[in-house]
Parts: sequence; structure tokens; C-alpha cells
Amino acid sequence: MSMPFYVSPEQLMKDKADYARKGISRGRSVVVLQYDRGIAFVAENPQSLRKISEIYDRIAFAAVGMYYEFENLRVAGIRYADLRGYSYDRSDVTARGLANAYAQTLGTVFTTETKPYEIELCVAEVGRTPAQDQIYRLTYDGSVADQHGFVVMGGSTAAAEEVLKGGWREELTLGEALTLAVAALGADPAGGTARTLAPEQLEVAVLDRLRPRRTFRRIVGSLLADLLNAESPTKHAPESDESVPGHHDTLSGEGGARSSAEDASADRKPDTEPVPGTDRPPSPDRDTYAEPEVRPGEPPGSAHPAG
Amino acid sequence: MTHPAPGAAGAARDGRLPAAYLSPGTASFTDFVSGVAPELLPGRRSLPAGMSLEAPHGTTIVCLEHEGGVVMAGDRRATMGNLIANRDMEKVYAADEYSVVGIAGTAGIAIELVKLYQVELEHYEKIEGAIMSIEGKANRLATMIRGNLGMAMQGLSVVPLFAGYDLDEGRGRIFSYDVTGGCYPEADHHAIGSGSMFARGSLKKIWRPGLSEADAVRAAVESLYDAADDDSATGGPDVGRRIWPTLAVIDREGVRFLADDELGTVVERIVADRRGNPGGAR
Repeated sequence: MSMPFYVSPEQLMKDKADYARKGISRGRSVVVLQYDRGIAFVAENPQSLRKISEIYDRIAFAAVGMYYEFENLRVAGIRYADLRGYSYDRSDVTARGLANAYAQTLGTVFTTETKPYEIELCVAEVGRTPAQDQIYRLTYDGSVADQHGFVVMGGSTAAAEEVLKGGWREELTLGEALTLAVAALGADPAGGTARTLAPEQLEVAVLDRLRPRRTFRRIVGSLLADLLNAESPTKHAPESDESVPGHHDTLSGEGGARSSAEDASADRKPDTEPVPGTDRPPSPDRDTYAEPEVRPGEPPGSAHPAG
Repeated sequence: MTHPAPGAAGAARDGRLPAAYLSPGTASFTDFVSGVAPELLPGRRSLPAGMSLEAPHGTTIVCLEHEGGVVMAGDRRATMGNLIANRDMEKVYAADEYSVVGIAGTAGIAIELVKLYQVELEHYEKIEGAIMSIEGKANRLATMIRGNLGMAMQGLSVVPLFAGYDLDEGRGRIFSYDVTGGCYPEADHHAIGSGSMFARGSLKKIWRPGLSEADAVRAAVESLYDAADDDSATGGPDVGRRIWPTLAVIDREGVRFLADDELGTVVERIVADRRGNPGGAR
């Protein structure tokens, strides 16, 4: 066996980075941007293998690059968030914690393994106010950037960034924000004429600041077409979910609003279902269950809605 | 800090997400937790043999089908021996958008179990991007109860009642359980807990096919009234404190809990109708 050639650490890292960048630039881009009522995620992705996903109540995830690698991290993120929310409280799950865990993972893989992850991630958390929104962008080597306003990841981002820099403002409505994002995705990196992307070619989701509990909603169908159409009066996502039976994480504009007396029972609708034990700080009285003849002063997990 | 939870085993020292997080495969939160932090699961605790203790118990849950789906209601009392441990406890919880769980038995463990079950369903939904079938949900709950068998044998049993809207068949479904995790689909209506005998008797007389939602709500409250009439562990309507049963309606639009004022009207009408007619004869 011959002696391996000496490769300097600088060269090694550079090679790995080049390799990862090359892999990432082959894919299509994803845009994440803030709008007046939340954070929108827009990907040019006509297939059913998703690039955008819900992680937790107010946290979502977007990725570009190798599907199986970011799918793995997506599942890990959901596990991380659900375990943390289960063992602490739903309000203790933060995008920052998740971004750190991802960064450590990406960084360790980049330095210790032969093949780095060929992915870029974005973890975003919608706050109660726009100032509290958090958007983290993570790259293949584990570096994290805290972004304000918008993020473009994937292929050739320079042209898309130009478009977003020119058009992004804090008070964009959802319709305007999606239109801007689609223009950014369609921009030609070579400076040629921009492509026009049809709604069917897009994967769009939002974290809606105004919703209780789970804020993630996918936007599809005629609602997406209306939002992208400047002449349509639709500027915002509807505030209530649709009445069509099935998963209520999708807004298509085709089912009527859920009528079900939501206003009458606003404090108990399923979105704010009482999550036992997670809705208030643990009471010291909990410990008294084991002792007979002591009446607990606090109902176990008595249900004031979590939201 | 990337340590996911106190005592979570297997956290790699370099701070990256442990291998268990990244391993493909299970969409079950319980299976995942049993690998990384088994001490967080309700059924995994060992108790000293031959001991028993007294803990608050939840009592009566009733459930019945109606034309649009299913209604589940539970009284609000928790008892500990002859004492009332709690008079406004909630025993009916939304498990996800289309199903509810009512709990009877040891309250502390039951609530922990429901909390785990809620995460289990949401976890599956997020990972798979789809809602679990109603049979799948019923079986997952059965598995959890089976895991609690050791504790049940020492007196800390949990027996839930599960109901949901079957999106494939377009109707309400009810599933009952036994302490060993046996899962039984129930037709029409069912009740569990200490007052269930009386509630079942009452439901047999009131229930009929194709009940409207409003009639089903009234039937549920009335059967709880009958249970409270004969079972000291079941709480009747507390008019003084305005504590009404917890009542959930599950139909094609999902789970909806009735608001207090809406329920108050129903309860007050029943109380008025029963004045001078305590058995509700008709």
C-alpha cells in the first residue's frame, strides 16, 4: 500500500465546501420572507416531495439540496421539538434551540465525515409581533446566520436576492409577498428575461401570526392563484380553516370556512385544545397526589386552553 | 445547548443531534421516546411490590353517535376515597382535530397518557403529512394502555373511551378499552367509569338512530345527570358554581367543545324538566 498524499486542512475544507456548494446549486431555490401577518415560504417545487414543513406550533422548516439528507434533519427536528415540548412546555420550544442543534449536526458532519451534507436549511419562528420573528439560515458547514426580512437558498441566489432587496418592505401583505417571492424565483441568474412561474409549480406555506397554537398552513389551489393575481381582491390568507373534511393544515380557497360556532366557543376550539399538564406552570400540589387524604388544590392539568 | 431533555440518553458529546434522532423509520413519538428518554413514559416506572396508594380517580364518561358524528361528555368530579378531590376537572380531551379521549381511572396517570397520546398523533401527522386512520388511532391508544398494565395491576389503572369521526366512512366511531389494552369498537353509545351502569341504562332509553346534534347533546347531559343521581363519585350539574359537564361534538368539521353558556342552557332545561319528575320519566 502506498502512502496517501498529504492534503492540507485548508485544501480539505475547501474541497468539501466546493463539493457541497456544487450539490446545492444544482437544485431550485427557496425563498423565505416576512410579511405583515407572518412568515411565508415559497419554493419552486412541482412534485410531492416537500421542501417546506411544519416543525412545531410556531416553527417551520425549509430546505434545498439532497432530499434524503434534509428529510432526515426535518424528522430529527420534529422529534427534537416534540420531545422538548412534551418534557418541558409547548412554549419552551424555540427556533433558536433547533437552529443550534442543526448547526452542531451540520458542523460535525462537515468536519468529521468524508462527505458533507449537500443542503441548506432555514428555520423560522413566527413571533407575536413582526419584531419577534426569527429566521435562521444554516449552511452545509454548520454556520448560522440570523436573518431579517428575507432569505434565499439554493441554486443561484444573487439574481433573486436583487429582486427581494428591491421589493421587500415590512408591511407587505401576503399577496404582495408571494408575488415578490415568485418574481425572485423566476429571475434569470444570467440576466436574461425572467421566467413566469404558475401556481402549480409552487410549494407555498405560511406561519400565520394570528392563529392560535399550530400556525403552519399550506396554501394551494385557487387561493394561491388569487393571492398571486394582483387584480384579485384577495390579499390575505383567510382567518378560519376550511370546512372540508381532512387535514386542516391546507388552505385552498375551495372549501367554505369552518362554520362550527368557532366564535361561540373560541376559548375551546380544537386549535387551542386543552393540553393536559402543559397549560400552566407545574403546581407544587402535584406532588401531593401520592399522599392519601390530601386534597390537591389544583386540578391536574385543568384545562385552560394552551393558546 | 442541544441536550434535548433532562436525562435524554444517547446525547452525543459533540453536541450534534444523537443518532436516534436521525435514524429513519418510526413515525411514532412513543417509540422514539422509549429509545432516547424512557423515563418520560408513564408505563415505565416501577412501583414497590405489594403496595397500593390512594390517588384521585376520574369517574363517568358517556359517548353516543348522532347523525353527523359523535358526542362525548364527562362529569367534572374527581374523587379520592370518600372525598371529592376536584370538582371542576376536565376528563374529555381533544386527541387531534377529529378525535377525543375521555378518561376514567387514576387521574394523574390518565392525564399523562392523554398528553403523550396527543403528541403521538400530532407527531405522526407532521412526519407523515397525513392524518392517521381512525383504527390506527384506536390501536395506538390500545398500545399505550397495554404499556401501563404493570401499574394497573397495582391499582393505578387507566381506562379511556375513544371516539372520533371516521373520514373514510363519514360517520362517528366509538372505541372502548379494557385494562389490558383490549380495544373494542362500540355501536351506538357507550359509557365508562363508576357511574357508567346508570348512564348506560339511561342512554338505552333515550338514544335512537339518527339523533340530531342538539338531541344528542341533551341525551349526553341527561345520562350524566342520571349517573350522578345514583353514583356518589359522579358529579351532577353544579348550579351554584355553574360547573357543567365537559362536552365535545365531533363531526366532519372536527372537534368542537361546547361553550359554558351554551351548555348552561341545556343543563338548566334538564334541571327544570326534572323538577317534580326526578327520574325523567316520559
